[in-house]
Amino acid sequence: MDIFNNLIFLLDSMVRLTVPLLLAALAGLYSERSGVFDIGLEGKMLAGAFGAASIAYLTGNMWLGMFAGIGIGIVMALIHGIASITFRGNQIIAGVAINFLAAGLTVFLGQSWFKQGGNTPALPEGGRFLAIELPFADALKDVPIIGPIYYELISGHNIIVYIAFAMVPFTYWLLFKTRFGLRLRAVGENPKAVDTAGINVNLMRFKAVLICGALTGLAGAYLSIALSAGFVKNMTAGMGFIALAALIFAKWRPLYVLYATLLFGFLNASQIRLQGVELPIIGEVPVQAIQALPYILTVVLLAGFIGKAVGPKAGGIPYVKER
Amino acid sequence: MSIRKPLPRWADIALLPALNLTLAFVISGLVVLMVGENPFEAMKILLYGAFGYGEGIGYTLHFATNFVFAGLAFAIASHAGQFNIGAEGQAYIAGLGAILVGLWLDQTHWLLVLPLAMLAAGAIGGLWGFIPGYLAAKRGSHVVITTIMFNFIAAAIMVYILNNVLKPVGSMSPESASVVNAGKIPQLREFWDFFGYAPVNIMLFIAIIVLIGTYILLWRTELGYKIRTMGQNPNAALYAGISNSKIIMIAMTISGAIAGMIAINEVLGVQNRLVIDFVFGYGFVGIAVGLMGRNHPIGIALAAILFGALYQGGLELAFYMPAITREMIIVIQALVILFTGAMEGLFRAPLETFFTMLDLNKKPKTQEQEG
Repeated sequence: MDIFNNLIFLLDSMVRLTVPLLLAALAGLYSERSGVFDIGLEGKMLAGAFGAASIAYLTGNMWLGMFAGIGIGIVMALIHGIASITFRGNQIIAGVAINFLAAGLTVFLGQSWFKQGGNTPALPEGGRFLAIELPFADALKDVPIIGPIYYELISGHNIIVYIAFAMVPFTYWLLFKTRFGLRLRAVGENPKAVDTAGINVNLMRFKAVLICGALTGLAGAYLSIALSAGFVKNMTAGMGFIALAALIFAKWRPLYVLYATLLFGFLNASQIRLQGVELPIIGEVPVQAIQALPYILTVVLLAGFIGKAVGPKAGGIPYVKER
Repeated sequence: MSIRKPLPRWADIALLPALNLTLAFVISGLVVLMVGENPFEAMKILLYGAFGYGEGIGYTLHFATNFVFAGLAFAIASHAGQFNIGAEGQAYIAGLGAILVGLWLDQTHWLLVLPLAMLAAGAIGGLWGFIPGYLAAKRGSHVVITTIMFNFIAAAIMVYILNNVLKPVGSMSPESASVVNAGKIPQLREFWDFFGYAPVNIMLFIAIIVLIGTYILLWRTELGYKIRTMGQNPNAALYAGISNSKIIMIAMTISGAIAGMIAINEVLGVQNRLVIDFVFGYGFVGIAVGLMGRNHPIGIALAAILFGALYQGGLELAFYMPAITREMIIVIQALVILFTGAMEGLFRAPLETFFTMLDLNKKPKTQEQEG
């Protein structure tokens, strides 16, 4: 029973750590499927986390905080879009700029507003998303096997967790079952054909980039006002890049994104638990090896040693309409 | 006037970057205004901190040394059409080469340590550039993604090595043993007390040599010609008998090796030991420096001094104006990358229109004179 309970706890923390990766990777999915590479996921997430925590602290309202986070994410995405779609600038460079802008501005503004070394103060009551009990959780708690699974693993998360997982089927439906999705994917594969059909390529890409901004903002809000109670300097700590890795690892498909982020979330959760533990046969696994695993896996996959990840064909290329 | 001519050369290499930079500073000024400080006062403190006295100049040059290496690393890869954002990781892991040679030869002479440390750091940094280059050339991986991943992999490896291999027995903090004698690269203040306590060291001269060397390599050798041809038109290069994959690998290796020089400047020039995160984002500044400097050694030298001044002046500014933290520098850096790199079209298109109209106005006059 002990092993089972440990496993449940491990999976529970996997779920919590998967959410920011999942939201950010899905965000990247929209942007990259439309032909705009985004290495600025990290920065948008960080800015969203800061915006959410600031507003949640000032108003004491978690919902206002969440929408502020989403709003800031959209503003950052707008900068990315204006640079790389309107001005046809290099998408990678725009992403790099977004990352630095967020890293600098959050600490700079945070310090001058709150004077706590770039962090926001701890959130007041009502400013933070709390766990919600799903129906019957308490009643089923003591049932063997199913009880712990339902009570610990499925119930008892905050609302953003459920939104994040619901985003997976929603994204699949939107991208693969609607006209909007077909067009979005088409501008990422063959913008010229879409243009010929009378669809505004740049407008489509802008929509995709703004959805990306909203989702990264939500991912940031989750970090600062749901997972923890306030913004901490550089709190994304590379998560945006792990999300990017997951997106590539998932070959730009929604369902695979879920699997990839669950895998990386699991690695992250187990790394905390494996610290100093001697495993049979392998011995003690260095924490750093587990931390580096998502990156190594992505490099190996990209290089085509296990399967092959091929991105959207028109990705990275600004669209120039013929005159 | 739908047909616009390309900009005159001077406008392309001087006017455009100047306009972009001005815009970046104006926006930064607004941000300073937002937190209730006077931007002009801030600018004055920044400039004084960077150039006003010997020690300030020394720090500015020390930072500039790092940025020259980082900028050149970015530029060489760029000329080959590769976007290397892995200078950070390449410099970080090259720290191993620097510290191992420094500790090994600590009882000899710095004239022996310096070239061997450069060789070791260059080799390790070069390897860290070569692998993404190889994967891009032979396996078709995207260099941007691979170099990002390699930054994180380098960070993980370094934390492991510092904690488990290089940490002296009995020490608590994850850092290597210190070099105490010849392993230290001499700082210029030892010869000239003008620089106060600034850590600017012999690597400044190495940076100048590498700047000149890069110019010669890119514009005066066959390899440089091949690199630039490949970067501008891979198909043309292929038809001319240039092996694209070979050139990508060579350029990425050189790029990584130059990034590795940052390690010597920091590890043997200042810290005298290997510490966690000693690269401190300098590798990333190289992107801004390379873009600002138009990937040309002269431009990179100027941009490196500009960013050196920003970093040093920014420290001073954070000291005198507590409302402004040193992260302000990162904001300016971001805006410079945004305006000179990604939003270049903002000024380029209007300027092109302006110069084309200027040209059209001129032409009728010359005809009148002839007639």
